[in-house]
Formats: sequence, structure tokens, C-alpha cells
Amino acid sequence: MFENIGLSFQGIWNHKLRSLLTMLGIIIGIASIIAIVSTIKGTNEQIKEQLIGAGNNVVTVRLCQGASNPYDMQYSPIPDGVPVISEETREQLAELDGAVNASLYTERTYVEGLVYRGNTAFTGSLRGVDTHYFPVNGYQVYLGRGFSQADYDNYKKVAMLDQSAAQSIFPGENPLGQVIEINKEPFTVVGVVAMSSSYEPNISTVEEYWTFVGNDSGAVYVPNTMWPLLCQYDEPQKVDIQAASTDDMTNVGKNAADLINERLTVSQDSELSYSSTDIMEQAEQLQQLANATNQQLIWIASISLLVGGIGVMNIMLVTVTERTREIGLKKAIGARKSRILWQFLTEAAVLTSLGGLIGVLAGIGMAQVVSRVSGSPTAISAPAALVAVLFSMVIGILFGLMPAIKAANLNPIEALRRE
Amino acid sequence: MVLELRDICKDYMRGKLVVPVLKDINLNVSEGEYIAIMGPSGSGKTTLMNLIGCLDRPTSGKRILKGEDLDGISDDRMADIRNRQIGFVFQNADLLPGLTALDNVALPLVYRGVKKKERRTRAAEMLQRVGLGERMEFKPNQLSGGQCQRVAIARAMVGNPSLLLADEPTGALDTQSGQQVLELFHNLNADGVTIIMITHAPEVACCAQKTYLIRDGRIQIGETV
Repeated sequence: MFENIGLSFQGIWNHKLRSLLTMLGIIIGIASIIAIVSTIKGTNEQIKEQLIGAGNNVVTVRLCQGASNPYDMQYSPIPDGVPVISEETREQLAELDGAVNASLYTERTYVEGLVYRGNTAFTGSLRGVDTHYFPVNGYQVYLGRGFSQADYDNYKKVAMLDQSAAQSIFPGENPLGQVIEINKEPFTVVGVVAMSSSYEPNISTVEEYWTFVGNDSGAVYVPNTMWPLLCQYDEPQKVDIQAASTDDMTNVGKNAADLINERLTVSQDSELSYSSTDIMEQAEQLQQLANATNQQLIWIASISLLVGGIGVMNIMLVTVTERTREIGLKKAIGARKSRILWQFLTEAAVLTSLGGLIGVLAGIGMAQVVSRVSGSPTAISAPAALVAVLFSMVIGILFGLMPAIKAANLNPIEALRRE
Repeated sequence: MVLELRDICKDYMRGKLVVPVLKDINLNVSEGEYIAIMGPSGSGKTTLMNLIGCLDRPTSGKRILKGEDLDGISDDRMADIRNRQIGFVFQNADLLPGLTALDNVALPLVYRGVKKKERRTRAAEMLQRVGLGERMEFKPNQLSGGQCQRVAIARAMVGNPSLLLADEPTGALDTQSGQQVLELFHNLNADGVTIIMITHAPEVACCAQKTYLIRDGRIQIGETV
């Protein structure tokens, strides 16, 4: 057995160019599959990281109508039976199992009336936030200062921006101390916040766009005590709850929604209830989407494996013909059929396994190049590499079978007569 | 008796036509004999060798090799008999180009399942015996034609066969190398090896103790020189 393998390597080495050309189909097929698998794995890890890891483990619980349509204050009146969430309830939410902190805020996801120097300058979201909002969401003051208790108590017209809002309203300017008009009320910018762990969302699908749209066009923050001046009293609040770990997010979100829903006095027909945005679920959906696309790519790459296998069969048939005399001689000096069969099967399997191995290395290389060029990350999957090499071996055995049987069944007399 | 052939016939089918190649061959070869089988080309001497060498089956007749009836045995059993009882020497040495002389000689022992160390010892002994002890690690393309043929003889002899079958062993060699090969056969026979040599050349056949002639598919005893 080992001698067969050794002899096969020798044979491959003796016909370097031919062996390489034969392996090419396998190499290309395996390399593309490994590259695709690495990219899928990298993308999946990136999606998870962006949605969950960098998000400070925050679950948002918001009022929904029906299954999961957020109740939109832009177009709808204040709903009946949805009370303001008290500070007491907020403390209860923050003390839920697996929760770290909770923040109440009101939000308009699209603002038209934000004006700077006479121009509508911004179309991101506007949020009236409490004192817990920035720590919960992992924001840190980056420029200027945060909201003080005095700002809340004295109804100061002060605003804070996140970085993308600061960039779109004040390109190239220092935003601190500038006055912006929100719904005709002047607000002084006192600070800019930034994510403590910086991350760049990578948007390539519509779903991802909607996931990131809130963050992407930025947000302007005012103390929640100032909200009635801009919008209405008693608008339904949203709750951001920071979970202790990613695994707690789903449970904390569900429990928080239940706790708030107990306090609702809405009628059955209104279909109003609080529910959590299950970010884990979102991540999985995005991953599935990416997987589905890439699965198709894998099928396409498999075709080149098929072509490679046929190439191996072809060359093995040529080899059997070329080595007819050798086969005849081996049979004459006492090699049984099964031995000849195994010899050729081993040769085919060694050839394709070697091709698979080279393919894996080439695929890892390709994945690295793709990641350099497109900036999408890759992650090498060791099991995938192992499966790829084993699979190429199986291809060798499968496509080597026919030539090997042909060799084993050669009549030694005929074979010895051939020159 | 090493080999007994009883009324051996061999027909070939050419299309629908039955062509008899060998007719009623009777031959006894006893232990330690050195015989030559001669005949013009196409007379059926290679067919006879294939039958003796267990590469082929006769249409009718009986073959007994070392007491074993070769009638109706399986392909695998035939392979085993070739491996253990027969040593082949062909016109071309037919060495495997990728292997050294030593590994070529050891090859039949591989099929017998002999351990590597023992294979090498026995192959080395055999190469010494054919006078190539100095060239064990040479590849066939580094050896002359005569040397290759001697390696082939060593390969045939390494398994201690009951019968050494040689088909035109000097046919592809120059006179001097051919002479060396014939000397080697002579020495092996002197050591008790049974040899059947097939040739068309009378000067080669004359080395044997007994000569048979095949003509038109029938065998007859030839005149000893």
C-alpha cells in the first residue's frame, strides 16, 4: 500500500507537466470552493460582529403594530392605552436577569425640519434621550461635553450629534457652539459622541441597508425633557436595554417587552404591543442570505471538479495504454488483478489528493487576495480544507475506477505482445 | 517430473474460423533438465510457452506442473503459480524503468508478501549470483542490454521457481552479451535449475541438453548436437 503511494509520487514526479495539467481541474475546483467557503465564513463572522458584537449587546424594545411593524410617530397619532414608561419601570427593566442597564428615549427616524444657516441640513433621526442613553449604547463624548443634569432640569435647548450627523451638518466646521434649528427652535450643539468601539458597516444588500440606515445617516440628540417642544407630549417611548452578553440579548428583549406590555391598556383590535428587535435573528437571516448566494457558487465550482475528474479519467486511460507492457509484465511475474487495480486506483487518488492539497493552498491564497481587494474578511475553515482534500481523493478513486478496471482486466499475453 | 503436457490442443478464433495452433502436444520435462524448443516464427512456440507459463489455458489437454493439475484453475491461482513456480525471461528484459536493479529483482517477492528486509537480502543475493553485485542501485537506463537481461534472469530466479521459462532470451542482444546470458543459463542448470528455452536460433538451442522442434503445431524431438 505505502509502496504504491510512494511509486505514485514517483510517477507524478516523472511526468511533472502532465500531472500538473491533469490536476489543474481539481486544483481550480477545490481552490474556488475553498475561497468561497472562506469568504462565506468571514462574511458571516463580520455580520455577526457588526450586528451584535460592536452593538454593545443592546436590544431595542419598541411599540409595534401587528407582528413586527414599528409604530411610526411620523405618520400616526399618539396611540390610546400606551402609557409613558416611568423611571420606576426603567429601573425594573435594568434589573431584569441578564440586563445591565436600560435607557428610555423617543425617536423620529426621519427629520425634515432641521435647518442650519437657512438650509435643511439633515435627514437622519432625532432622539430625545435620558441620561442613560449614551452609556447603554456604548457612546462616548468625543468633542465638547455630554448632557448635564442641569440641561434636563432647566429645559436647556442643547443638542448633541453623532459623528455622521456632525459630518453632514457641519462639513469641515467645528460643530461646537453652533446653533441649529429643529422645527424652528434654536438648539446649541454642545457635544459630539462616537462609538467607543469604532466599526465601519459594510453594506452590500438592501436588508443590510435597512439594518444600518439609522446609524448611517446619523442622529441628533436632545434631552428628553425638551421633546414636547419639538414633537408631542406622551409619545410612546423606546427602550434600549444593554444585555450582559450576546447570548442574553434575546431573552432580555422578550422579558422586557412582556414587562412593558403588562402596563398597556390597549384594545385587542389595535394590535399594539411592545416587542424586541431580535438582532440575533437578524444576523442569522443575513447569514442565511449570504449562504444561499454562496451555495450556488459552490455548485458552479463543483462543475469544475467534475471536469477535473473527467480529465483524471482521461489521463489514467492514456497511462494504462502507455503502460500496457508494464502491466503485462507485472501480471506475468504473478501480480493478481486486485493488485493492478489498487495500483491504478492509488495512483489516481494520490494525483487528485495532491491536486486537492494544492487547491486548498491556492484557495486560501485566493481568499487572501479577495479580502485585500474587496476588503471583505475571510476566515479559513480547517474542516472545509480537510473535507476538500478527502473529497478530491474520492474523485480520484471514482474516476480512476474505470481505467483501473481496464488495467486489471488486461490479458497478459496481449499486453506482453504490445511494444 | 516438473512438467507434463498431455494431448494439448490450442485453437484460436479468427472471426468464425477456428485456427488450430497447437495439435496434440505431449511433453515431459524432468527435474534439472535444460531443453530448447525451436521452430520458425508463427509455428506456435510462443503459444506453447504461454500455456506452460500459465498465462493461457489450452482448448483441450492436460497440464500438470509440480504435481498440480492446472485444469480449470482461477485467474488468481494462475497468477500465484506464475509467481511461485515459473520464472519468466523475455526477449526484452522488461524492467520497470523507475525502479533500481535491486527493486526490479525483488518485485516478484512483493506479490508473495515477503517482508521488505528479506526481499532486499534475497534480491541482493540473486544479483550477486548473476554477477551484478556492484550495480544493485542502478536504474535500467544506466545498464547495458546484457546487464538488463541478467537483471531479468535474477528477477525470474529470485523466487526459486520450479521452472525457468525463457523466450528468445538472447534475441535482442549482441553476440558477446548473448554468450554471457547463455553461460549464465548453463551455470544455473548446473546448480539444478530446470530450464525451458524457446528460440529460433540453432546456435542458441545447442546449449540445451535436449532440443524439440515445433512445426505446423506439432512437436517432435530434434537432433541433439
